[in-house]
Amino acid sequence: MAKQIYFEDVNVNDELPPLPKIATTRMLVKWAGASGDFNPLHYDAAFAAAIGVGSPIIHGALKRQWLVQLMTDWAGEQGTLKKFSCSYRAMDWPRKMATPFTPEDGDTWQCKGKVTKKYSEGEQHLVDCEIWIENGKGEITTPGTATIMLPGRS
Amino acid sequence: MLPEEMAPFIGKSIGVVACEVEKGSIKRFADAVEETNPLYWDEDYAAKSKFGSIIAPPGFFGWPVKLPPGATFQRPTDIADPPETTDAMRAALAKAGYANVLDGGIEYEFFLPIRAGDALTAKSIIKEVREREGKTGKMAFVIIETSYTNKKNELVAVQRSTAIYR
Repeated sequence: MAKQIYFEDVNVNDELPPLPKIATTRMLVKWAGASGDFNPLHYDAAFAAAIGVGSPIIHGALKRQWLVQLMTDWAGEQGTLKKFSCSYRAMDWPRKMATPFTPEDGDTWQCKGKVTKKYSEGEQHLVDCEIWIENGKGEITTPGTATIMLPGRS
Repeated sequence: MLPEEMAPFIGKSIGVVACEVEKGSIKRFADAVEETNPLYWDEDYAAKSKFGSIIAPPGFFGWPVKLPPGATFQRPTDIADPPETTDAMRAALAKAGYANVLDGGIEYEFFLPIRAGDALTAKSIIKEVREREGKTGKMAFVIIETSYTNKKNELVAVQRSTAIYR
């Protein structure tokens, strides 16, 4: 695990360490099974084409979970994710597989964040962030917000 | 207007689901996301942490254990228990001309960590319905609020998910 970050280390406008993700058709199958979302929109090419999205799209909830990981990785084990939100504004399409384990070349998504506020409520040291996912073209498809509680040094 | 037709259903229960948080299902979830945090699968590591045992990533609430085979768990409205409220909501949406639904987004408040071995109760209500004229026609936003409590009846998390009908 990364080194623990403390409330005193954080400043407004700080950028979070980006979390890169490569969605693949393989990952979508794993997510469907792990999450219980069996909508064919996410794995059936003919179905996805028929409803007008071209080919199977990434589950919104999988993108949500990437952003949760962005926050929990940054907050560290002594930090706590208190609030989280995100909106699925634009569709994303996974890379196809070149071999059973390696994807074709293509997009890498970047989960990013920025500190918007730091404050204390009673004993709690809190940090608000703006968070988002950028697709391979650098367009934001999944914006959101998060609040974490961090330990203080003293 | 849809919001007026939906008013009688606001605050009504649409599903109560028992979920068990089993360490295998946590592992599978973390694996699908490509999580790197050993708290989600390494018992020895987790035992030495402040949590003392394996926890679930925020956003994972276990697997529904009492639903019959074939019942899905994707959206709280899939549960429909009791069915009357969900049926009435779907009928009102269909009557207003809404045929397609999209997952619009989600909001969480987390109060307590969720541990392997927890048994949660997920209770969902229709929280809010809004309608709006968009560039591509009218849209309805249906917000379902789900509260998760543990065996001690402590509130562990509240979730608000937005379904966009068009």
